[in-house]
Amino acid sequence: MADNQSPELFGQTPWQTVGPFFHYALPWWGGADLTGQSDIGAAPTRLVGHNPALNHSHGRPMPAGEPIDIFGRVLDGAGEFVSDALIEIWQADADGQYGGAFPGFGRAPTDEAGVFHFRTIRPGSVPGPGKTLQAPHIAIGVLGRGLLKRLVTRLYFADAPQNDSDPILDLVPAERRPSLIAQRDGEAWRFDIVLSGPNETVFFDC
Amino acid sequence: MSADTPFSPEDPAAQPASLFPDYRSTVLRSPSQPLIRIPQTLTETSGLSDGWDRLMGGAFADLTTQHEGVALGQRIVVTGRVLDENHRPVPRTVIEIWQANSAGRYAHVRDQWDAPLDPNFSGAGRVVTDDDGAYRYLTVRPGAYPWGNHHNAWRPAHIHLSLLGPAFATRLVTQMYFPDDPLIEIDPIANAVPLPYRQRMVSRFDIGTTVPNWALGYNFDIILRGREATPTED
Ligand SMILES: [Fe+3]
Repeated sequence: MADNQSPELFGQTPWQTVGPFFHYALPWWGGADLTGQSDIGAAPTRLVGHNPALNHSHGRPMPAGEPIDIFGRVLDGAGEFVSDALIEIWQADADGQYGGAFPGFGRAPTDEAGVFHFRTIRPGSVPGPGKTLQAPHIAIGVLGRGLLKRLVTRLYFADAPQNDSDPILDLVPAERRPSLIAQRDGEAWRFDIVLSGPNETVFFDC
Repeated sequence: MSADTPFSPEDPAAQPASLFPDYRSTVLRSPSQPLIRIPQTLTETSGLSDGWDRLMGGAFADLTTQHEGVALGQRIVVTGRVLDENHRPVPRTVIEIWQANSAGRYAHVRDQWDAPLDPNFSGAGRVVTDDDGAYRYLTVRPGAYPWGNHHNAWRPAHIHLSLLGPAFATRLVTQMYFPDDPLIEIDPIANAVPLPYRQRMVSRFDIGTTVPNWALGYNFDIILRGREATPTED
């Protein structure tokens, strides 16, 4: 019989869904605030009793750059709110750098109304393929019950002039690009994620 | 190998499709349009390789003694290595762990099955790989549990695992199953992965890892996407 654990035989470990009970281990206090100033990100009301995964991590110095709030809803193919999704973000700091003091990584579970909320810093431009420059963007991973593997998308900012020359947006048919563009909504940015159906978000293979 | 060296693509033979109708929740939650293929940029090839503990907090590798009393159930040690596709160790990466208790119940408000909660078991842990990519944690063997996917549906015993890896592109969430569990072959979530790749998610009982008079031992290696070799390399 084949050895289940032989890397030579099987290559990449397969993806599996996070299921509905990830609130247990994945979100943490402050995980949705990349500026390190608040507690948002944990979902303690989903849990029974104390859970050690919800470590506090806020209380870092405020990073340089423009603080922004991003709100969005996750919707399924029937237009229903998805209340058990988890959104992960990965982004550069205000100077377009990865790997500095700014963490760049955050997580936010959707609430009972399917809403997620991040507080972060507006990212700078980062290099693209060849000698290109990418427009400011945030990479997004969508996880959840019913998602066997992560869906990957990107958030761009509606008022960024660099969007017109972004090498990744350029690969997306013009009529589908709006799903990747966050819009100003009062003081915050609005970015909904539609998993399936007529207004489906563009998802990437990368 | 620089930070912008791309990773080999997702292996379509090994990875499940998003849509697998036997797992009913995938039907309304899978994109209907094909994914748009993009080149990996610095955004995809960089990641939170260090400093995760600054954000999430430290490791806690013993799930059995997080409370006043000791968790109920069969104590198990799980060890393994995190490697990339080139069989190189992936050091200092975080593995997040969550699971049901030994009766198959999660301490989660949405888990309404009437199996007993264990006041001494939360079911969450976190470990970090060493320089050799190795990890080890102590827990109890989770129970199987019923779910609403179809009539008489039961999830095989499993432990959920989440890995960040070195880059945005290497993210992996998987489930570890146990050898000789008859529920695996009738479970739509496991079966979304075709054979033989499904077998990679089944751990191996190991008498060498088993601690005498203490805990049974299981091995589970995890293979992440690896950086593509560049022409100037070996
Ligand atoms: Fe589960």
